[in-house]
Amino acid sequence: MISFFVNDKPHSIDAAPDTPLLWVLRDNLGLTGTKYSCGVALCGACTVHLNGAPVRSCMTPISAAAGQKITTIEGAKSKAVKALQDAWVKLDVPQCGYCQSGQIMSAAALLARNPHPTDADIDAALDGNLCRCATYQRIRAAVHQAARSMKG
Amino acid sequence: MDKIIDPTRRKFLKTSATLGAGLTIAFYLPVGAARMMAGQGAGKPFAPNAFIRIAPDDTVTVIVKHLEMGQGVNTGLPTLVAEELDVPWEKIRVESAPADAKLYNNLLWGPMQGTGGSTAMANSFDQMRRAGATARAMLIAAAADNWKVDASTLATQNGMVLHRASGRKASYGKLADKAATMPQPAEVTLKSAQDFKYIGKQFKRTDSKAKSDGSALFASDLRLPGQLTALIARPPLFGAKVKRIQADKAKAVPGVRAVVEVPRGVAVIATDFWSAKKGRDALQVEWDETGAERVSSAAQREHYLELLKQPGMVARNEGDAAKALGESTKKLEATFEFPYLAHAPMEPINCVVKLKENGCEIWAGSQMQTGDQATAAKILGIQPEQVQIHTMLAGGSFGRRANPTSDYIAEAVSVAKAVSHLNAPIRLMWTREDDIHGGYYRPMFVHAVSGGLDEQGNLVTWSQRLVGQSIVAGTAFEGGMVKDGIDMTSVEGVSNLAYKIPNLHVELHSPKLGVPVLWWRSVGHTHTAFSTEVFIDELAVAAGKDPYEFRRSLLAHQPRHIGVLELAAAKAGWGKPLAPKSGVRRGRGIAVHESFHSFTAEVAEVSVRPDGSFSVDRVVCAVDCGVAVNPDQIGAQMEGGIGFALSAALHSAITFKDGRVEQSNFNDYPLLRISEMPQVEVHIVPSQAAPTGVGEPGVPPLAPAVANALFAATGKRLRKLPFETFELRSA
Repeated sequence: MISFFVNDKPHSIDAAPDTPLLWVLRDNLGLTGTKYSCGVALCGACTVHLNGAPVRSCMTPISAAAGQKITTIEGAKSKAVKALQDAWVKLDVPQCGYCQSGQIMSAAALLARNPHPTDADIDAALDGNLCRCATYQRIRAAVHQAARSMKG
Repeated sequence: MDKIIDPTRRKFLKTSATLGAGLTIAFYLPVGAARMMAGQGAGKPFAPNAFIRIAPDDTVTVIVKHLEMGQGVNTGLPTLVAEELDVPWEKIRVESAPADAKLYNNLLWGPMQGTGGSTAMANSFDQMRRAGATARAMLIAAAADNWKVDASTLATQNGMVLHRASGRKASYGKLADKAATMPQPAEVTLKSAQDFKYIGKQFKRTDSKAKSDGSALFASDLRLPGQLTALIARPPLFGAKVKRIQADKAKAVPGVRAVVEVPRGVAVIATDFWSAKKGRDALQVEWDETGAERVSSAAQREHYLELLKQPGMVARNEGDAAKALGESTKKLEATFEFPYLAHAPMEPINCVVKLKENGCEIWAGSQMQTGDQATAAKILGIQPEQVQIHTMLAGGSFGRRANPTSDYIAEAVSVAKAVSHLNAPIRLMWTREDDIHGGYYRPMFVHAVSGGLDEQGNLVTWSQRLVGQSIVAGTAFEGGMVKDGIDMTSVEGVSNLAYKIPNLHVELHSPKLGVPVLWWRSVGHTHTAFSTEVFIDELAVAAGKDPYEFRRSLLAHQPRHIGVLELAAAKAGWGKPLAPKSGVRRGRGIAVHESFHSFTAEVAEVSVRPDGSFSVDRVVCAVDCGVAVNPDQIGAQMEGGIGFALSAALHSAITFKDGRVEQSNFNDYPLLRISEMPQVEVHIVPSQAAPTGVGEPGVPPLAPAVANALFAATGKRLRKLPFETFELRSA
């Protein structure tokens, strides 16, 4: 049994310790907002927060999550996440939408440590999050928009 | 005003007659409607046709027959209904249509439901508007009957029918019951363009919120009760077969429920993904590689280059290109090379299959429902109508899910059939490695082009020979898409070259090979736009002419090409010098191309560093896609197409060694990242022409525009994709 918190709720899971957090979230807990795409931390679609820091859940074994606090897109309610989601909708960022949970989780972590990012800051923070639809230009604009709205 | 006679009316009436009065509505209720109705309490929704359902609570559900894979069809098609039905956007709901080739066929494809070739808007524009106008007319008729007034005295506004003379009004929801009893009008009048409230206006996507908060459901997110997950071990070589299976270790993995052989390999079925993955890792399969494809890219390239020297099948012939070349003052020749490409959608291929007593249900991001139904039915020995498909959102496709062989549907159905004793829905998952290894690539191509200029620098002749596998050979599309031996998807973009050239000759070789190939966003245009638009640039330089002006003079008879070319050039500041940046060589390049009846021109600006690496700083795009239904989403598709094309130009190639794919994931099949995304500006040419697609046409001009910009910056011509930047090093 491995115990941890997901979106502030305690969970105990009987899973092999090498099971990636991603599959515990998706298959055991039904939190499917976190996506599988590459399985080896190359694309960022599975990004969640572990004690507030962005991690790739596909390469985070559940054993490493024991006793830790995990936040997924479903439970991410910070001011930054709200501002980002509003900006995402306002600018119609998503196309297929599959990568966007991960994009927002990475962007939220950026805004938490850097409330006024430049284009270069955004590129550096989100370079590990692939978008095959190439919505990158709107992602950049939406992160700026979210940063501005939080300031106001 | 356009008077439109509804050609489908006969069919509607016939259907109603067979079902009897009162059942018409039920007939049109799509999958999931019963569930929705159950939650609505009293009152029935009004379903005037297969595309619209108006509920007593005033919500209007638009049934979308095409797959939403990012291109915005779940926004674009409802916009057409909202326009003619006259309802507020916030009342619009969207539902994917069930698989039904009779009701939901792609009007440009015949009796077949499917999404592709940038046809969704083109084939739905009249159909969805007419659906909205029909519903509106029936709601007006209902109000007229209720109020005992003439229908001509009634108007609609924001989901209400109004009788201005008396001040009476009623919402569509209130009229729904009554409207369902009104006869279908024989004719409806569609709005004139100047009356459009929604078409052509900035309009919000219907799915942005769900796609930003994690609630949007893709097929891979489904969790049916008792569902099991299957992964398939496929042969390392295309065409290899299972020889021997050693499954003890796989079966010993906790969670693994079964290991079974299926036509495409060996399936491991487990309670969850990770157990299935571990089970597959532990599985030992010996493969019979007799007769398997053992291609190596280097040898294939040599073979293709050799074929370039031999006459092929003639795809187009005007004048006498060979003679004209002999008489030309200046002659140019060039060879272009293109690798295999994987689609690599972010959501790996997957679907869920549930066998039932009298058929089966499939949940998939299905791009060709009719073919998928037929494939599943054949495997199960049932009728296609017994295969119910729930079309889910697709996490990207780019052509991958529009597979004439329905490969992954066939796999999942085979697995479900093989383990039917487990009595469980089967979720088939592909890993990213499966996706990169699994085939159905944009085929490798090589082109040889030659051209000749006369003394004045006029282009007098153009010859082009192409070598590459046929996508449609051996598929259900062969009859329609192969003409006189020529696969039109191999030569599109060059066989209809728009430039005015008196002598033009195009030939094709379609070598057969065991590597599965498929359309990939913009299909043949992915390579033909590159060779033609780079070579025309080379000819312009050889003629001593400006590449933009050279194109303009050769396109004088092509107003829509000229329209986008001039707009892109003007917005990009063509002719004005680029601002210098220290340490880099800068250049600007242009390209123009027609694809899928839309016209795009792109101007790229690049900065090349001394080591040959470069950035694409800015791309100015002009597009003419007829009536611009949703300008912001057209912009989004151009931005996305440009990024998608740049990804291939900079990074992507699938290569083989002894039949084995040499790439496996995003480390060796990299995709464009945010730091590589240029600033993109999109400008739309105003048009009253019927709308055409935007999903693909942003792709073709990008790579040639960048290659031409790199030439402008460095004097080096890159004719091979992906670009080999070492050639751009400073001397």
